[in-house]
Amino acid sequence: MKNMTNAQKNKLIDNAFKVFGIACTFFGLIILAILIFNIVEVGLSRIDWDFIKDLPSRRAQKAGIYTALMGTVWILFLTAIIAFPIGVGAGIYLEEYGKKTKWASLLEINIANLAGVPSIIYGLLGLEIFVRIFGLGGSLLAGSLTLSLLILPIIIVSTREALKAVPSSIKDASVALGASKWQTIWNQTLPASIGGVLTGVILAISRAIGETAPLIVVGALAYVPFAPSSPMDEFTVMPIQIFNWVSRPQHEFAVNAAAAIIILLLFTFMMNGVAVYYRNKWQKKIKW
Amino acid sequence: MKRKTNTISTLILGAAVVLGLASCGGNTEKNETTADEKALSGDIKIDGSSTVYPITEAVAEEFRAEQPGVNVTVGVSGTGGGFKKFSRGETAISDASRPIKDKEKAACEENGISFVELEVAYDGLAVLVNKENTWVDHLTVEELKKIWEPAAQGVIMKWNQIRKEWPNEEIHLFGPGVASGTYDYFTDVINGEEGASRGDYTASEDDNVLVQGVSTDKLGLAFFGLAYYEENKDKLKLVGVDSGTGVVLPSQETVANGSYKPLSRPIFIYVNNKAAEKEEVVSFVNFYLEIVPSISKEVGYVPIPNDILAKQVEKFKNFVAKK
Repeated sequence: MKNMTNAQKNKLIDNAFKVFGIACTFFGLIILAILIFNIVEVGLSRIDWDFIKDLPSRRAQKAGIYTALMGTVWILFLTAIIAFPIGVGAGIYLEEYGKKTKWASLLEINIANLAGVPSIIYGLLGLEIFVRIFGLGGSLLAGSLTLSLLILPIIIVSTREALKAVPSSIKDASVALGASKWQTIWNQTLPASIGGVLTGVILAISRAIGETAPLIVVGALAYVPFAPSSPMDEFTVMPIQIFNWVSRPQHEFAVNAAAAIIILLLFTFMMNGVAVYYRNKWQKKIKW
Repeated sequence: MKRKTNTISTLILGAAVVLGLASCGGNTEKNETTADEKALSGDIKIDGSSTVYPITEAVAEEFRAEQPGVNVTVGVSGTGGGFKKFSRGETAISDASRPIKDKEKAACEENGISFVELEVAYDGLAVLVNKENTWVDHLTVEELKKIWEPAAQGVIMKWNQIRKEWPNEEIHLFGPGVASGTYDYFTDVINGEEGASRGDYTASEDDNVLVQGVSTDKLGLAFFGLAYYEENKDKLKLVGVDSGTGVVLPSQETVANGSYKPLSRPIFIYVNNKAAEKEEVVSFVNFYLEIVPSISKEVGYVPIPNDILAKQVEKFKNFVAKK
């Protein structure tokens, strides 16, 4: 070490940091790979059409995820149609209309903080407001509203980031040509940023479908032998079904849980794939 | 402009696909009703203990084959959480792994709810150690108390503090979390007060975590439902309990005949009086009591003896007739 030049020392540090960086990257990847391998090894052979269309059952071999899957699809859909307009609307307001006052920056800090609130807290809020005060009971609607609250901060923040990325020269040009503020947003800013906005929304919703705690608090059930047919129906979702199976004494249920996890993972990957696809598609399209 | 239309139509299309997927299965599973029985309809909401859940789920599953028009839903809020909903009149039936507390009773009365308590099965709490644990052959109730009582916290840390001849090594404790009826029951019969125990043990609401814990820790000691032992016999060593009349190992027989004392307990369902006015609820509860012995065995619990079962049927009949 002593008879090294400064340049040599720096190079050594450089390399050491590179190795450290690679190790960090692979640490996460390897753990993920082990997890996925483990799950797939246990659960893959259990997945067949019957598993998807069967109702829950005490016999592990006969049990399926139909009602849980349908519950998840409903929750996904309702959460999306509630959170999308509100989140994007709030994002547009804060970014385009809101004045940079003290009040606005306070609001901003609060929204960022809300994104870090543990999900169970949202569950308790949902239980009190939607289930009890609004009288929605343990329904899909109450669950979706709760999850919407949970992901709103994420959507707002990502919408704002996407809007920020639109060059101000475009907005200025639009206004200079006589367009009103709303025309500028609707015809220029939003189309240019929609890829980013949608990515944020889809990633936020992917997070929502993995949530269990707030839904259990709101009153999602464990055994529901029918698929919901309206937003006021009671429901169960995939993560609850998985949790329920994992905690059974019989090992066959662990296999079911693994199989259900694979399907939930596929669901999430699919949604992330859609997000990436739309981002690329819209990014390519934008030519000024 | 074209771009925008595309966005909107894609979104609408996506929504339509999701909705279509959700609605396509509404009326798949429709079994035929048995000819001699009247087809009933309605909803029955059940919530409560996760210990009782496997039994109620199985009964609900069987009931569905008899009465496909009745929608039975079962939640797992825990015994306490279940009673909270029950006392607000939100559920028709509550699963419980311990009898209702006075406080919960009062809450029911406040809301004008009366109920009937029905024993449906027995559950044994097993005390377990690691397979490689060579020293523990049995434990007395006093020794269990010495290990788990609140005063043991930070004091009883080694095996030789329980019995002198046992090794001078740490003891690692595993047990259910404080929200479970199992915990309430164990602390009640062993420590003499419900909810009173030491806090420095590894707690989990998921009994499989406890199985995992004690089966990989040579110095471990755990208690949990007998069903979890029976599924993991190869990994665990069962410890007999001596309550003053000799060492008894928990098993289907010793739990059913009451000789495994004091760690065997009845588990219950509670039926709301207003719900019991409905035909489908009466039919469900009668069906429950009819098939629960065979179901309990299947899901790992101990069936209640026939004479006690007959009493429950009688009790429910009187409860319904009182209206």
